[in-house]
Amino acid sequence: MINDLSAETIYNALNEVMDPEIPVVSLVEMGIIRHVAVKDSAVTVTMTPTFSGCPALIEMQTLIRDKVRELGADNVHVETAIAPPWSSDWITDEGRRKLKQFGLAPPQAHGGNVVMTFFDPVACPRCDGTDTTLKNSFGSTLCRAIWYCNSCQDAFEQFKSL
Amino acid sequence: MEPQLQQALINRLLAVADDELILGHRNAEWTGHAPILEEDIALANIAQDELGHAVLLYGIVADLGGDDADTLAMFRDADAFRNVQLVELPKGDWAFTMVRQFLYDAYELALHQRLRESAFRPIADASAKILQEEIYHLRHSHAWVERLGLGTSESNRRMQAALDTLWPYVGQLFVESADAEILVKADYFPALASVQAHWEQIVIPHLEASGLVVPDTAPIDAPRTVHTAHLDALLADMQLVARSDPEATW
Ligand SMILES: [Zn+2]
Repeated sequence: MINDLSAETIYNALNEVMDPEIPVVSLVEMGIIRHVAVKDSAVTVTMTPTFSGCPALIEMQTLIRDKVRELGADNVHVETAIAPPWSSDWITDEGRRKLKQFGLAPPQAHGGNVVMTFFDPVACPRCDGTDTTLKNSFGSTLCRAIWYCNSCQDAFEQFKSL
Repeated sequence: MEPQLQQALINRLLAVADDELILGHRNAEWTGHAPILEEDIALANIAQDELGHAVLLYGIVADLGGDDADTLAMFRDADAFRNVQLVELPKGDWAFTMVRQFLYDAYELALHQRLRESAFRPIADASAKILQEEIYHLRHSHAWVERLGLGTSESNRRMQAALDTLWPYVGQLFVESADAEILVKADYFPALASVQAHWEQIVIPHLEASGLVVPDTAPIDAPRTVHTAHLDALLADMQLVARSDPEATW
């Protein structure tokens, strides 16, 4: 069975593995899965963590390993690469759509210069209005910031630009 | 790698990583105690980021033949730690924590902007990652220095008192160790004088614009291997669980 297993099949299967902290978006859509290689029946999946202190890292490695084993591979390595560092620009359009649906405003695109986003308003995921105020750069997880929508008069969370 | 260079590199990485670990622990002490809920969350996040940075750097030490991150964090005694005394001082009041954090965040930013160019690739890679997160830390502490420095006479008084206490300790961040030259020559670490120059550009104008007087006290004269009694107390607390059952798996 392993002989039929292509990197593409594995990659597509990993699109079913959800981010433990945002269970509607997959690790592929988050841009966390960087590379899949199959060589002599050994599978190597390379992932890049979002934040260096991410507590879900080991959980993600386990989920990836279990998923690839489900496909029939026994020899599975999950490698962590920190270079280049993960960028929120790597989240796919589909991933951004799902984040918003989940109630998390997607990160602003920054092209490598995050400081530029510090001056942009973030659209409210409920009403799309941009009359919003940053309340806290830090939120309920390392990757979230807390905003307030002046139109809805309610708080919302954003996935931080990184 | 030359054994002498390797040992100097390990010592220096431990210095940078230990600063992160110890300050991360101090910041975590605010969990459940910060003046407002949002800051409770912010300090917990920052503490977690700093632990993440320490793990990255300890990982490089392990790859160079040192112990792994858990052993380095949980099973060394105070005299083996290389953190500056700045980060081991008790958390004090909110002004003390915010001034210390600002001075340290600016140092981290200045240091890692140089380390991102290190000729030792694992350091350059780790620094690029650390910088991504550090910009959020500096923005946070930068805003608090302004808010409290220009707040009430009481908040300004507390900020100035914190700054006066902390200033001699900050100087220790920029004192070169005896084996620094070999690291600078290899382009693995920058000369700390250049980091200090950049740090002063970030720190001094902002302190002054925030209504604070920059002290001119000399740095404490202590190598990074000499610690206050505060570190023993901190380690006794931090290492208690890991040491009570070293064989436990988590
Ligand atoms: Zn709204």
